[in-house]
Order: sequence, then structure tokens, then C-alpha cells
Amino acid sequence: MAELIQILVSGLAAGSIYALAAVGFTLLWQASQTINFAQGEFVMLPAFFVLVGMTVLGLPMWPAIGLGLVLSLLILGVAFKRLIVEPMLPHGTLPLVIATIALGLLLKESVKELYGATAQPFPAVFPQTVFNVAGASVSIQDIGNLVVSMLAIGGLQLFLNRTRTGRCMQASAQNPAVAEILGVNVKRMVMYTFLINAALATIASVLISPIYLAKFSNGETLGLVAFIAAIVGGFNQIRGALVGGLLIGVIDNLSALYISAEYRSAMPLILLIAIILLRPQGLLGTPEGRTV
Amino acid sequence: MTKLQAILVALGVAILLVAPVGQGNYIIYTLCSWLLFSISAMGLNLTLGYAGQVSLAQAAFMGIGAYVTALLTLSGIHWGFATVISITSSFAVGLVLGYPALRVQHHFLAFVTLAFNTLLFLVLRNEEEITGGSFGLVGMPRPSFFGITTDSNLSFYYFSLICFLFSAGVMWWILRSPWGRAFKALRENPIRAESLGLKIRRQTLLAFAIGSAFGGFAGSLQAPLVQFIEPGSFALIHSLKLLLMVVVGGSGFFFGPMLGAAVVILLPEVLRFTEGYYLIIYSFLVIVLMVYSPNGLIGLGHKIIDKLRPRHEARRDMQQGAQL
Repeated sequence: MAELIQILVSGLAAGSIYALAAVGFTLLWQASQTINFAQGEFVMLPAFFVLVGMTVLGLPMWPAIGLGLVLSLLILGVAFKRLIVEPMLPHGTLPLVIATIALGLLLKESVKELYGATAQPFPAVFPQTVFNVAGASVSIQDIGNLVVSMLAIGGLQLFLNRTRTGRCMQASAQNPAVAEILGVNVKRMVMYTFLINAALATIASVLISPIYLAKFSNGETLGLVAFIAAIVGGFNQIRGALVGGLLIGVIDNLSALYISAEYRSAMPLILLIAIILLRPQGLLGTPEGRTV
Repeated sequence: MTKLQAILVALGVAILLVAPVGQGNYIIYTLCSWLLFSISAMGLNLTLGYAGQVSLAQAAFMGIGAYVTALLTLSGIHWGFATVISITSSFAVGLVLGYPALRVQHHFLAFVTLAFNTLLFLVLRNEEEITGGSFGLVGMPRPSFFGITTDSNLSFYYFSLICFLFSAGVMWWILRSPWGRAFKALRENPIRAESLGLKIRRQTLLAFAIGSAFGGFAGSLQAPLVQFIEPGSFALIHSLKLLLMVVVGGSGFFFGPMLGAAVVILLPEVLRFTEGYYLIIYSFLVIVLMVYSPNGLIGLGHKIIDKLRPRHEARRDMQQGAQL
């Protein structure tokens, strides 16, 4: 029992970080039909911005994280939208898919060549103290990660539903033409989406790097998990991405314990195929019309 | 096919025939791998360029072909028979994989195949008793036909060339048959195609399964070429590489995948002087190509030719008259 609680807590903590990446992924899809195959690298990269700030510029941790956030917003938000997504939107989904795959490779290889191929230790945001709850040892780090990601996603949900800008963003995602007629600046709303995605990626990066260490290849698994979480939860819902992320985190940790360690990474994939077979719109998603 | 095209194809085949003569083993090996990646990329082109579906598991189908061929030939069964089994099993797996994915929206096939490629890699690595695990399988014999062996590298090149020309012929035939025209109709205007009585789902599924079977065929050539296979050769990154071949060459063009395979295989050699920066330059070039010419190199070529070709100019005075 104690073991189960422990597994559940660490699963939820990891899952909440996956959910951050998955939410960004669904936001981009809704706002601009961009399937971002570089999402994993988007989560890998900000940690290195922070490390550059700390080791090269000699900044303390929090200013370095601020620098990382600004750089991510500029590069992963503004530059990504202006230079890659915008010119390619009229050509349809396929070239953009290829371009984001290439972008992922570019980011990964650049980090490997310019910063280093070894895993870098990353300063922890939370103290690593462990305390006992009913016999299970729970770390403050896990609880902190869970709380921060939940706050980020909850805040985003409030922003989208309660503010004027948020509602305008929803309108431009659902029907850009009508939103434009009603006086919404659709282009600016899409830009906001890209900025939010970059910010979520930065938060996820800062939370996950102390656990997994910052490494150029982190994006491979993170990207895959973000896709699976987004699809399992429902591709067109923020709630869905949240549920999907948490579910994947828990399943991943449970299967490491109860199923063989070799096939641990297979479980989320099997879940993905099962969901596509049985409930293609995802657990919380609403069916979309078939676009042939 | 026009007369000019026929002459060009004949010239191309002639160049392929003399290309390896007097070359070292390494160049012959590179040419062989170009031939078999072209076969695989041709199959993916059918899925991607003609049926408009993104498949991220072409390397996994090559893996199925390679492992089936390797296991069968190692137990003494002739290569020809093993290949037929490889192609059939890739085709069958394609059908099973594509059927549920194509029930829903079109980008789901990309996700299902992505998951499948990773799953297959795990199975190949973990089921050590059958697949040899991460040590792989070694020493597959090269096939011999009616007493003619393909043991030397040069003769294996000619054998691969025959297989390549055969696959290209089959692909040409598929694309010209009513079937292939249906694929094209589907890509150009799916709603109109459906209203003319085409079963969209069945056609797309068939295109995906046939494309996968080409992957299986390429895999069954890879096993005797390298004579060593391991799970890492069929990981997701190689599926992405195959996708790049098709798109860089020009998806939806018959010669696109062959050009793309040549670029993707030769570029590392050309960019060798840049050492570690090769992949950075390469992925940057792909992004630039996609932004400026989503139809790949062949599309870019068409664009340039269109710009240079003298255009028929309408009479200016007529235009003025129309304005009056």
C-alpha cells in the first residue's frame, strides 16, 4: 500500500509535467493546425538557456530562469511562428510536419554540438527533502512539481475562459473567419498561442530537468509522451491533455513496478493504439467531423 | 511516356549498369544501399505522395522484411521464397495497422505508425531468443539463382539493380493502372473522387499496405547486403530519414524518391568536412527547402524551369481593348 501511494505520487508529478507539454501541443493544433513534432525539443531547450545563463553569464538561478523564459518566448514562440509556421500554412499540413521534424533535429543537434553531449546537472527548484505519509516516502520535489503544473494549467484555463483576450483566442481557434469579421485580430491571437506554448515548455523544462538531468536527447521521449497524452485525453480539449498527461505518468510508473522494465516504455504506446481503436476522439474529446 | 523521357530512362539505366565497374567496395556498397532505400522510399511515396497519408513506420516495415528474410534464410530456406513471405507479412501488417487508423481523421495514421515503429523496436530488442536482441543476427547467406551466386559485391549490385528496376516497373504499372489513377484522384480532390464512386478508405488502406510491402521488399534485400541486422537499424529515426527522402526529392513525383534517396545518402559524404555539424546543416536545409518549395527538389526544378521558359505573351492591345 505504501509502495502504491509512493508510485501514484511520483506518477502524478511526472504526469503533470507531461501535461504541460501536451497542453501546449493541443493549443498549437487548435490555433493553427500545426502538429508540432518538435514539441519534445521545445521542452528540452529552455533548460539549456537557463544553464547558459548560469554558467556563461554567471547569473543566479532565478534571473537565469527569467532569461530562459525570455529566450524561449523569442525563439520558440515568435521566431518559430514568423519564420516557419506562417510561410508554410497555405501549403497544408504535410510540409509543416516535415519542417517541424527537421526543426526538432536541428535543435537537438545544435545543443549537442554547441553545449555538449553529456547529461548536465540542473539546479533543483524545490528542496529534495523526503517526508513520510502513512509509511510512504513522498518528496517535496514531487509535490512542488504537481502544484506548479496544476497552477499553470488552471491559470491558463481561467485566462482562456474568463478574460476577453482568452475568449477571443477561443473564437479564433473555433472559427477564424467569423472571429475576423467580429473584429478579433486573429493573427495576434495565434501569436499569443505560440507564446503560451513557449512559456509552458519553459515551465516543464525547469521542472523536469532536475529529475532527468538536462540532455540533448531528452526531447525524444518527452515529445512522444506529449503526443500520446494529447491523443489519449482528446486532441481538442485542454482538460483532455491534462488527464492524458496524468494518466500516462501513473501508468508509466505502475508498469515499471508491476510489468517488466523492458516493456515499460511500451505501455503508453499500447494505450495509444487501444484509444485510437476504441475511442478515437480521446477520453474527454468531442468527435470532430472527418476531414478526408 | 514521351520519346525524350524514354531516352532519358534508357540513359539512366545504362549509367547504373556501368557505374560500379572498377569502383572500390565502399562505393559499390553505397550504390547498393541507395538502390534499396530507393525501393523503400518509392513505397512510401505511394502512401505519402499519392494517397496523402503520413506513415512514420517505413523503417519498421523494412525491419519486418529484413528479420523475416534473415530468420528464414538462416534456417536454410531459399531467399526467393523468404522474400515472398517478407513482402506478404509487411503487406498484412500494413493492412492490420492501417484499418483502425484510417477509420478516423487522416493524421491518426502518423501517430499509430509512430507508436508501431517504437513498439517493434522494443520487441526486436527484447525478444532475444528469436531476434538475437541488441546483438542482432549475423551471417545471412547471399542468394544464388540456378548456380549463379551473388556473393561478390559487384554481382550483388547487379542483383539489387534488377530488383530495383523490377520494383520501379511495378510502381510505374500501379500508378498507370485504374487503381493508381484512383489514388491520384483521391489526392487531387477526395470529395469529387468519392462522389464518383471511389471507396476512399479502401483505396487509402491499399495504398498504405502496398507502400509497406515495398518497404518489406527493401528490407529483405538489406539482410543479405549488410549480412548483419540489429534493432537500431530500424528505429524511428530511420523512418524519419525515409520520410525526408520522399519529401526532399518531391513527394508525388515518380522520380522524387530516387533523387531524395541519393541526396540523403550522398549528402553525409559531401558534408563530411563539416564533421559534427552535418546534421545541423542538413536539417536547416530541409526547413529552408520546405518553406520555399514544399514540393521538394523536383518541385523546385519545375519552378525554376517555369521562370526561365519563354512565355506566350498576350497581345497588349487586346488587353487595352477589353478595358474600354
